[in-house]
Amino acid sequence: MTAKIVRSPAEITLIGLAFVFSALILLVPLALIFAFALREGVGAYFANILERNTLHAIGVTVLTAVIVVPINIVIGICVAWLVTRFKFPGRQLVITFVELPASVSPIVAGVVYLFLYGNQGLLGPLLQFANIQLMFTVTAIILVSLFVTAPFVARELIPLMQQQGTEDEEAALSLGANGWQMFWHVTLPNIRWALLYGAVLTNARVMGEYGAVSVVSGSIRGQTNTLPLQISQLFNDFNIAGAFAAASTLALIAVVTLVLKAGLEGRGWR
Amino acid sequence: MNKLFTTAFTVLALGSTPAFAQPTDILNVSYDIARELFEAVNTAFVPAYAAASGTTVTVNQSHAGSSAQARAVIEGLPGDVVTFNQVVDIEKLADAGFVSADWATEFPNNASPFYSLPAFLVRAGNPKGIKDWGDLAADGVQVIFPNPKTSGNGRYTYLAARAWANEEYAGDEAKVEEFLTKLFNNVPVFETGGRAATTAFTERALGDVLVTFEAEVLGVRQQLGADKYDAVIPSVSLLSEFPVAIVDKVVDARGSRDIAKAYLDFLYTPEGQEIAASHFNRVNDETVAAAHAADFPEVRLVTVEDAFGGWKAVSAEHFADGGLLDKVFLNQ
Repeated sequence: MTAKIVRSPAEITLIGLAFVFSALILLVPLALIFAFALREGVGAYFANILERNTLHAIGVTVLTAVIVVPINIVIGICVAWLVTRFKFPGRQLVITFVELPASVSPIVAGVVYLFLYGNQGLLGPLLQFANIQLMFTVTAIILVSLFVTAPFVARELIPLMQQQGTEDEEAALSLGANGWQMFWHVTLPNIRWALLYGAVLTNARVMGEYGAVSVVSGSIRGQTNTLPLQISQLFNDFNIAGAFAAASTLALIAVVTLVLKAGLEGRGWR
Repeated sequence: MNKLFTTAFTVLALGSTPAFAQPTDILNVSYDIARELFEAVNTAFVPAYAAASGTTVTVNQSHAGSSAQARAVIEGLPGDVVTFNQVVDIEKLADAGFVSADWATEFPNNASPFYSLPAFLVRAGNPKGIKDWGDLAADGVQVIFPNPKTSGNGRYTYLAARAWANEEYAGDEAKVEEFLTKLFNNVPVFETGGRAATTAFTERALGDVLVTFEAEVLGVRQQLGADKYDAVIPSVSLLSEFPVAIVDKVVDARGSRDIAKAYLDFLYTPEGQEIAASHFNRVNDETVAAAHAADFPEVRLVTVEDAFGGWKAVSAEHFADGGLLDKVFLNQ
């Protein structure tokens, strides 16, 4: 077992190439974000992040994630439960339907919402009559984010729950557990890693979404700008340091999410 | 606890009856590259309005392509005022009943508080020797300007080039079209908007000359380095108006007409004109224009009305599918 692995020159070259490409494609861009953000000094960096509109954009992005991720976790579990634990006509259709938001371009998702809830849209007159403004508000951003990220949790859960089958749950029920106890003590522990992974993906997508959000946000600075929109606007204003400072917060959130996920997994495996 | 309830109730009551009190915020829906300009305008307008009326207001800003913004207002983006770079985009709002039909007469100078013109930005020292529109069609010159199909900025460039060619070739349509075809063939990539074209020229180092509004040309040169770029003003160009309007439908619903009107009026005051001029827009206020004369070389400007018979005619003859633009825009 402890025999030394001898690598051929070809293998070493390939591994070396893999390292170089990973560095060029992943590490260098990530490092560049921080290098550009800090180009004008630490003081300027924090001033850029604490700039009123950038701070507000961070707030909108976090608020959207805090609302969207839990809702889509619940919806994802329900859908996965429905299609893996029950046999009914149209089951395949439900699975396809859940995948739909992931297969349409985000910009189309945004336009669809505009055609539905905008003034000229199908429900526009009704909303206007009720004096409800949906489009070009944070509510609209949350709605399209819900749509765009709806499949991620279910997508992770469905294959796993299909593979696990129903034996554990049937055993729990036959031993006298009620439905809630069965879910809490049997189903959830079985699916927690897939669930967590789905939640991380959802969170990453919500925070990074640009196309769909740009259509329905109205891009009002300090009101309906999310971080990606704010970054693109700062960049277009030639405010490179500001854009990269804002981008670094998005990158930081991503890194923290990954660390959290790794930490949770580490605890779980022990 | 009681206090909390009272506060909550007050907030609810105020929030649900917007018509009761005049709001203290307005939204300016504007074009893409005007953020710096209107940020400066807002900073000056807020104290000026507070001094005159005793109310401190907030001006919020939304910026994107002018045509996209017109669409957004029609779909419900609640802009109290629009400040666009396209007459046709305000016409769209007028057609949809958001802006009064005679909006152009509600403020001076066709409701255009400042103006600009398509001009050239070249690399330092002007290595290709670009002086006028004719040089843009020369062999081996790469030109950058946004797509006239998607950008108002690009439409102004197309019309300005045609206006020059009409004079140069004394109205010989075949020669005009030959010139324009060559010009378009010299464009390696058509960006969708004005700022994207600028970025292609400056950050991606594409092309020998960027054609965009003079305000952008001079602003970019100041921001990115006078040692890297030179501005070239052609012999003749097209008056590019930046029209403004009050969105009646929104201000009537919100009761914000007074602020909206004061905001647009402010653009015509010496203070507002000074801000516009310091952002390299040409202004009509004589004192301010004289103070900034050094920034703005003399140039002969033709108008869309005089050269092409107005925007309605231009839209039908040039920009409709299969129109005159499509005849020369072969590499689209």
